[in-house]
Amino acid sequence: MNAIVSIENLASHLVLTFWTPIFVAIFLAIVFYALRPRNKAIFDDAARMPLRED
Amino acid sequence: MTIGEAGLSSIFVVLSFLCLMGAAMALDSAFAFHASLGAAASLAAAFAIINRYYDRPAELPPQEINGRPNYNFGPIKLATVLAVFWGIAGFSVGLLIASQLAWPSLNFDLPWTTFGRLRPLHTSAVIFAFGGNVLIATSFYVVQKTSRVRLAGDLAPWFIVLGYNFFIVIAGTGYLLGVTQSKEYAEPEWYADLWLTIVWVTYLLVFLMTLIKRKEPHIYVANWFYLAFIITIAVLHLGNNPAIPISLVSSKSYVVWGGVQDAMFEWWYGHNAVGFFLTAGFLAIMYYFIPKRAERPVYSYRLSIIHFWALIFLYIWAGPHHLHYTALPDWAQTLGMTFSIMLWMPSWGGMINGLMTLSGAWDKLRTDPVLRMLVVSVAFYGMATFEGPMMAVKVVNSLSHYTDWTIGHVHSGALGWVGFVSFGALYCLVPWLWERKGLYSLRLVSWHFWIATIGIVLYISAMWVSGILQGLMWRSYTSLGFLEYSFIESVEAMHPFYIIRAAGGALYLIGALIMAYNLWMTVNAGEAEETQDASLLQPAE
Repeated sequence: MNAIVSIENLASHLVLTFWTPIFVAIFLAIVFYALRPRNKAIFDDAARMPLRED
Repeated sequence: MTIGEAGLSSIFVVLSFLCLMGAAMALDSAFAFHASLGAAASLAAAFAIINRYYDRPAELPPQEINGRPNYNFGPIKLATVLAVFWGIAGFSVGLLIASQLAWPSLNFDLPWTTFGRLRPLHTSAVIFAFGGNVLIATSFYVVQKTSRVRLAGDLAPWFIVLGYNFFIVIAGTGYLLGVTQSKEYAEPEWYADLWLTIVWVTYLLVFLMTLIKRKEPHIYVANWFYLAFIITIAVLHLGNNPAIPISLVSSKSYVVWGGVQDAMFEWWYGHNAVGFFLTAGFLAIMYYFIPKRAERPVYSYRLSIIHFWALIFLYIWAGPHHLHYTALPDWAQTLGMTFSIMLWMPSWGGMINGLMTLSGAWDKLRTDPVLRMLVVSVAFYGMATFEGPMMAVKVVNSLSHYTDWTIGHVHSGALGWVGFVSFGALYCLVPWLWERKGLYSLRLVSWHFWIATIGIVLYISAMWVSGILQGLMWRSYTSLGFLEYSFIESVEAMHPFYIIRAAGGALYLIGALIMAYNLWMTVNAGEAEETQDASLLQPAE
């Protein structure tokens, strides 16, 4: 029974084996998103959100 | 009548009946007492919902009035008042147990007032009752203001505030009666845990639904921190607390985890309660209230994004540092230590972001004691998050663990960071919620600030000295290899530091009483604006 390798088993095996590089990659993608010059305007605007009055 | 009103009032009527049955069939008197409380509270809730229905206008409150969001402040006001109440209760019990350590006869030789029962009452009252109400109040305020919509739900926000505080009452009275599952910071028994789960899931839903209907395209960073706090606390609570009660009408249960797995679950929970309740939640307060009070934008919004995700990715692995030199495998201990050290980076990144938000507004520290309180809280955050990773290093831990140093570390974080940022938020929130032009007296805020700061300094420096002294006494050997000191000699050596610690706690409590008076007068004194005279503003010495 243990020898049977289903697609689900394989997928969970890959995630369990490679979670460290996966998480590192996700984190690096977030850092890229945060530092990307194109996003500067959005973030400068967001930084002022608490100051806006309605 | 809405479906919610009809459904919830029916559920409460049924619950009241079930609780009454439970009280009648209870195997122990503590369970009977709690079931009676549950029956009374459920009945009161059903009546309140029906009364409210008869008193309210036919239409529910509009989402907007004249194109502006019609914010829901009622539940926030209640949570704010309860936060002040529980804060003072929790600090008072803290002072009592600190005094018991110096003068043990203060336990009055009664079972209900022994240190072992009052200690969880103190920790739960300050962390979950005071801190929890501050977090619920501020999160409901911030999510509405930065999403520009009315809070989701009609009864749900009230259910969250009242239900959460009912959990606190059950937990607190349980400790006094000896009801505990003996897990640190997760002492409440199975029925209280189940109730909290319902309340917390409702909290998550209200917060999420408010975010979903937001009018602002961007979700402000404070809301990310609040959301992480709410989700993670739900996961931690469910992971740490699965238990099987010995009977459905008994207050005693057994946790399903055994041995070292139970220990690891407990400190995975315990350390992330620090990371997500006492850190992420209060960082959300920092990211809204400091820019607002300083009238300056967040120093670096980019840093806030990296700060958030680095904290999320790292914190969850740091728990094993509570179990150094135990049966926990060495690799797990080393993992916990390593991640704790890595946490220096996001912690200090966040601290720098909070402090530098004052760029261009540093002069306000001279004139605004509320801002001073908020900024000093961030400084304490930096100090406590430097000390913590250092204590997580195994060789340091071999000296510090089980000593007062740990207690001192916790209190520099709790009194300095969590307490001060909460006081700062309350000083901002009360005039905003009750629509006052300002606080009753800034001079009293200054008094609170200085008295409480001196209290913290006395507390933590006494605990540093006593903790290191204790650790060194325990590990010192004679030339023949015998322990040099008996345990009782190390206890005797603590006495003067326990007195200093109690004095520090008394000062902190006095500060909180000054705050309660100031906030009371802010709400109730009509001429609040006149006392905001510029001549009363105290420059920092």
